[in-house]
Amino acid sequence: MYLARVIGRLVASVQYPGLAGVPLQILQPLDEDGADMGQTLVACTSVSSGPGDLVHFVDGREAALACPETFVPVDATIMGVVEQAFAGDRDLTDEA
Amino acid sequence: MLIGKVVGSVVATRKDEALTSHKLLLVQVHDQLGAARDQYVVAVDSVGAGHEDMILYATGSSARQTSLTKDKPCDAVIMAVIDSWDLGGENVYEKWNEG
Amino acid sequence: MFLAQVIGSVVSPVQHPSLDGRTLLLLRPVGPTGERCAKTRIAVDRSGAGVGDRVLAIDEGNSGRQLLGVPDAPIKTIVIGVVDSIELAGEGVYDHREG
Repeated sequence: MYLARVIGRLVASVQYPGLAGVPLQILQPLDEDGADMGQTLVACTSVSSGPGDLVHFVDGREAALACPETFVPVDATIMGVVEQAFAGDRDLTDEA
Repeated sequence: MLIGKVVGSVVATRKDEALTSHKLLLVQVHDQLGAARDQYVVAVDSVGAGHEDMILYATGSSARQTSLTKDKPCDAVIMAVIDSWDLGGENVYEKWNEG
Repeated sequence: MFLAQVIGSVVSPVQHPSLDGRTLLLLRPVGPTGERCAKTRIAVDRSGAGVGDRVLAIDEGNSGRQLLGVPDAPIKTIVIGVVDSIELAGEGVYDHREG
């Protein structure tokens, strides 16, 4: 799982069956300093996250297991909205 | 998943039997601003994407989680055709305003 | 399996039910001598590890889900042990008693 910031939302009406109604959001992965880490990606969300939220997401095949229908071609899903994240004594929720 | 644009198709007569009759599309990866990256993938189409469509594709073992690609040698599958997306509330891409 | 340094913790009250009651740790994957070697990630703790510990972790779903006994949970990264010491080419390069 990785830390990320939700930076946008994406709408697709033509989707693989089983994904209807699952929100899609654009993520910027973050490192331990709260700085951007790598390319942005699109993820399904299993929680009520939204733009601006600090979240964590799971990648790979496990991402599909967090969707309502689990046999779906999904490789990233938001698993939680972060309330507190500490790296050393630094509070990552304060940054960015 | 990553954002991409269908820029072409790939035909291979001699290929693994498991891939027979699958539509293989050439996808150019795009970033969140809609700018093309110098990066291409060949993906199996599971949703009926067309030429120049902006699409989402899934990679890795997730790509085999469709009825079309289950247990097939496939590591990228187009699983959605994008209508629109926004960044911080500003629409970046709207299908209905393209071309 | 890989070595990692526990550098922090993550709390998310709004989360997928499979994570309820589990501790999330922020990991910096490191090489044997402690230098960073991959992207920072979040793991579910199974070993009672804390900030500052050198740990052993996996980032592969199937074995992880078997360990936790939850075959259908969307969990992939798990801390499976706290490292006491590491030896590299006959020389001790890490000892938890020295920090």
